[in-house]
Amino acid sequence: MQRIGVFVCWCGTNIAGTVDVQAVSDALKHEPGVVFSDNYQYMCSQAGQNMIIDAVKEHRLTGIVVCSCSPRMHEATFRKTAAAAGLNPYMVEIANIREQCSWVHKDMATGTEKAIILGKAAIAKVNLNAPLTPGESPVTKRALVIGGGIAGIQTALDIADAGFPVDIVETKPTIGGKMAQLDKTFPTLDCAACILTPKMVDVAQHEKIRIFSYSEVESISGFVGNFDVKIKKRARFVKEDVCTGCGACVEKCPMKKVPNEFNLGMDNRRAIYIPFAQAVPKVATIDPNACNMLKNGKCGVCAKVCTAGAIDYKQKDEIIEEKYGAIVAATGFNPISMEKFDEFAYNQSKDVITSLEFERLTNAAGPTAGKLLRPSDGVHPHTIVFVQCVGSRCASCAEKGKEYCSKICCMYTAKHAMLTRDKYPDTEVYVFYIDVRTPGKSFDEFYRRAVEEYGVKYIKGMVGKVSPEGNKLKVQASDLLNNRQLHIDADLVVLAAAIEPDKSARPLATMLTASMDTNDFFTEAHPKLRPVESPTAGVFLSGACQGPKDIPETVSQASAAAAKVIGLLAKDKLTGNPCIANPDEWMCNGCSSCEKVCPYGAITYAEKEFRMPNRTTAIRRVAQVNPAVCQGCGACTVTCPSGAMDLRGFANSQIIAEVDAICK
Amino acid sequence: MNKDTNALKEEVIRISGANPLKCMRCGKCSATCPAYDEMEYHPHQFVNMIENGDIEPLMASDSLYKCLTCFACVERCPRGVEPAKLIEAVRLITVRQQGMNHLTADAVPALLDEDMPQQAIVSAFRKYTK
Amino acid sequence: MQMKEHKPLIVAFCCNWCSYAGADLAGNNRLNYPADVKIIRVPCSCRVNPMFVLRAFQRGADGVILCGCHPGDCHYTSGNYYTRRRMALLFSMLDYLGIERERTRVEWVSAAEGAKFAATMNDFVETVTALGENKRLEDLRCKK
Repeated sequence: MQRIGVFVCWCGTNIAGTVDVQAVSDALKHEPGVVFSDNYQYMCSQAGQNMIIDAVKEHRLTGIVVCSCSPRMHEATFRKTAAAAGLNPYMVEIANIREQCSWVHKDMATGTEKAIILGKAAIAKVNLNAPLTPGESPVTKRALVIGGGIAGIQTALDIADAGFPVDIVETKPTIGGKMAQLDKTFPTLDCAACILTPKMVDVAQHEKIRIFSYSEVESISGFVGNFDVKIKKRARFVKEDVCTGCGACVEKCPMKKVPNEFNLGMDNRRAIYIPFAQAVPKVATIDPNACNMLKNGKCGVCAKVCTAGAIDYKQKDEIIEEKYGAIVAATGFNPISMEKFDEFAYNQSKDVITSLEFERLTNAAGPTAGKLLRPSDGVHPHTIVFVQCVGSRCASCAEKGKEYCSKICCMYTAKHAMLTRDKYPDTEVYVFYIDVRTPGKSFDEFYRRAVEEYGVKYIKGMVGKVSPEGNKLKVQASDLLNNRQLHIDADLVVLAAAIEPDKSARPLATMLTASMDTNDFFTEAHPKLRPVESPTAGVFLSGACQGPKDIPETVSQASAAAAKVIGLLAKDKLTGNPCIANPDEWMCNGCSSCEKVCPYGAITYAEKEFRMPNRTTAIRRVAQVNPAVCQGCGACTVTCPSGAMDLRGFANSQIIAEVDAICK
Repeated sequence: MNKDTNALKEEVIRISGANPLKCMRCGKCSATCPAYDEMEYHPHQFVNMIENGDIEPLMASDSLYKCLTCFACVERCPRGVEPAKLIEAVRLITVRQQGMNHLTADAVPALLDEDMPQQAIVSAFRKYTK
Repeated sequence: MQMKEHKPLIVAFCCNWCSYAGADLAGNNRLNYPADVKIIRVPCSCRVNPMFVLRAFQRGADGVILCGCHPGDCHYTSGNYYTRRRMALLFSMLDYLGIERERTRVEWVSAAEGAKFAATMNDFVETVTALGENKRLEDLRCKK
């Protein structure tokens, strides 16, 4: 039997004005378990707290009920008081007689009557309280960043600078991501490579950072602070630590006709390749689908020319197992496929390109060495049509486009149009837009400069049809402000393709038990207040895998995610919430219902040996709750058909006791 | 908007099953329309005028019969507004108001052309019997 | 014969993150609602076992209301969706047993909706008062 002390607070006149506090403390004195009951002006004051501490000692109290303001206000205070008095802090219950009683009722008799009932409910609950200790788990002080684009790079650098080791996993042979493919960046027109490659070098040289390029995450288990991750390092058939990146092998490789994915297939690379000059790690990779030696054992030129002896045709995929305390998803984005947009003739003409392809065409390291030439015949184009919102804001065509705004296209199209007019003033540049969205520092000024200083023709309307005729592209479009239909003979059409999350994000989310929206963007824990955390503890979000973002936004989010990771890794131990689900293994029948409803993946199953009657043993499958992951929502407790699952601190018996006390 | 025009608007929306409020004013319908130059009111104006309840000028306009009902606008509209269905609905209302001036069922087989798509046939009947 | 005015007994389950805070806000703004409403705090509306609702009716409650975060805003991502489905089933079964639909309710109240909380409680108490005393499920063995 508990020995309960009841403490009724006046809160000045806030409570005492509508509730007869003396009557309340007198009435509660005779409830089962209550051995002490008193009232005081301000229970939360130092004097009030001392009164509780003294009463605990004097009356050997095992439980405390404070009738006062909302538990959201002072539950933590009174728990500390209990701890100071040597009691378990979870032996305290609050009866909310201010916000939910004295402040909403005007009549003293009603207020007093309700306060007594609320007090009785709290007493009934405390009678069934048990001391709870929050679980503690250690933190592995190492972070994993999945994705090596600008988001992953920034996150990794920030975490590593704080002194924690970081591993980056990147599927491509080099880090750098989409930003490495860009020419210039809006709105300042810095060259992307000039600001990105130094950061890539920083990553390569940072003693706390390891890069697993040409690798992917194979499996993830564990929970916040203690993730076990298997990373598959794909065989690149070149010894990474031996290769000097001299490029002799690339020069001599006879297999010259492999589409170069870094230039989006607009030129060719060899079977052994380094994606671009500033690649990190600067190591050659053999494409097993193109290499003759790997396919049928005939060639071996690269091994002959490599003076370092780095080529290893027998290399195998390697699995690396590592423990991490935190995981950051930075899987980024891709432009959507233009295959299904027949009206823009993307499949029919090489001169209809996406904006990312245009980016490579104007890049000094691109397939045309920076000269703007038509992909079909290598002639300089004189009329260029840019089409915005291709596949973005597309509600009717789920199989083709995306319903959301891709956010970055307005600005990069303004950039493309401006740079084209700057380099080639003889070119006519049209931009067809629905809305021009430029919310960002110096963004609108940038767009207006494209129009006012560079004479880019912005036309409100949409392109309805592009038809290749001879070496021209006939563009049929509407000009809504002048209410006419336009027919333009264009040399080049550039489509601002919508962007979508990388395909690897969905399987990764499954491994992480992190939630995603219908578009496969990762969901944040709170859209406004916790934008870089996933609802799954220990998983953080960086960059465009959470939603479309430009570079400045990506970098700030990447640093924000890093700050959250550092905050986590700086702790030696994680203290959990002790009010978590608690299965009764004898009642559990292993049905998996609870596992399915748990939004955090906190429940797993284990085969356990049980001693049965008659000296037999039985192996039974029973639910196990991971205390570090469970957040204590209680969804599983109601789902459990056998009633084996209960919630500590809000047990079935406790809530029923409250119901009974209220309904008495 | 007075009561009558509102009733007309509701009727157009009911018959067509389309929702002009979905329109985001991109103009792709007009960009795609092969009969654009023949029209007094263009597809995007149709949608906007129906949204505003300006149905009568549409009913009086020749543009109604310049629409080929080729459904290119329906196919290309990124928001699923279906302008051609709205135009068809206005056409229907106009036809209904003309009383009994219809083709008889017996006259139909003689006018049939096997190669013509169904929608075009129905649409053409309305034009010829105007 | 003079009937004593019936004061209904209402049990309200409020989730800790939205509705309980909404109820606190109603108090902060001194918005009145009848004292017949007694609130029980639960971590999430999905913690409410149908058993609790049945128990309340068995012990003489006249109405039971569950308040949770708005759909999509659940602190635990998806708890309120479970509530919605479970209670839809439970309430239709209770209706079959003779506990009128109006005596049971699920309402979404955010932490910012103190006014909605008070208005909801006023409306619910009025509705339940009009229905009179609930006798259907009351366990007479509980009456001393």
